[in-house]
Amino acid sequence: MANSRIKVPESARVGEAVEIRAMVMHPMENGYNVDTQGTTIPVHIITDFVCRYDGAEVIRVKLEPGLSANPFFSFYLKATKTGAVDFEWVDQDGTVTTAGATLRVG
Amino acid sequence: MLRQGLLGIAVTIWTLQLPTHADNANSQPRSGYSFLSAETRRMQDDDFANPGMLWVEEGRKLWNQPDAPGGKSCQSCHANPEQSMRGTTTHFPRYSAAAGRVINLEQQINRCRVENMKSSPLAYETETLLALTNFISHQAKGMTIDVAVDGPAAPSFERGKESFYMRRGQLNLSCANCHEQHVGGRLHGEPISQGQINGFPIYRQLWQTSGSTHRMFAWCNEAVRAEPYPAGSQEYVDLELFERWRGRGLSVETPAVRR
Repeated sequence: MANSRIKVPESARVGEAVEIRAMVMHPMENGYNVDTQGTTIPVHIITDFVCRYDGAEVIRVKLEPGLSANPFFSFYLKATKTGAVDFEWVDQDGTVTTAGATLRVG
Repeated sequence: MLRQGLLGIAVTIWTLQLPTHADNANSQPRSGYSFLSAETRRMQDDDFANPGMLWVEEGRKLWNQPDAPGGKSCQSCHANPEQSMRGTTTHFPRYSAAAGRVINLEQQINRCRVENMKSSPLAYETETLLALTNFISHQAKGMTIDVAVDGPAAPSFERGKESFYMRRGQLNLSCANCHEQHVGGRLHGEPISQGQINGFPIYRQLWQTSGSTHRMFAWCNEAVRAEPYPAGSQEYVDLELFERWRGRGLSVETPAVRR
């Protein structure tokens, strides 16, 4: 499981738009780089990023080669009720990295 | 007669234009941060957007992780690293009586691992060693660099200084040719900094990863088409010591973001 960092506010008012941030450590190899021996480094990327709020999917990103390493996403979430904010990164090899926090609303 | 006189004047003017700018450029140490664009500075200043923090956080986790076969972790000897490691990096590289030479932070970590944890040394540029150096150096963020270059460290310092001013490679350039004489100029569209190492390990955008001082030295050596020394070699440790002394007064920025 890759190393990840998330930022979810501890609490929010009902209806407030809160900033959510998520970053994962990943090389995001685009398939065009070569190593010191001149051998091509194969494509190695994260394919999907998903965020769920209280079980419901709020954002899903399909990643492609050409994105920078350690992809960083930042978006706003409308706080409605207290619930878990869960993050999921899917590697092309099927490895899933997860992280989560609870957002307290009210 | 007239021709000789004109030639004399021309030579005089040419000589006057020689490196007078070197002293001005280097009179005051300037962090690489001051050469960055506003966007890159913002990236470094934002503790979340700064990708180097990924390594810092990983280092924090590794700190408590026992390593086979000794079953010890860094924490076993150095509890509360936020206090015990505060400022540690500002004194490195430093002379180690046990090693009988000047060693850098990476080598100190590995000495700890081998001698006290009965574990294996970590290779340069591995995620693990970078995470630990990032984490330890981050504990000194904002503190002033303070290395000893006298006493037993003096020979190492002198070698490092010599190395800094030695021309090398097919381009026949020394570190000083760019990082003292052309500070503020541009190379491939990028500003030439003083080559200060107060932010290392850095997150370098070109590399898309965190990198050590020695990786940067090797990169620069290759840029002037010189054969680089291996990471962890005494040549680079000596140069690192001179570079740290050269940036005395600057504060630690780890993890810095650089181009």
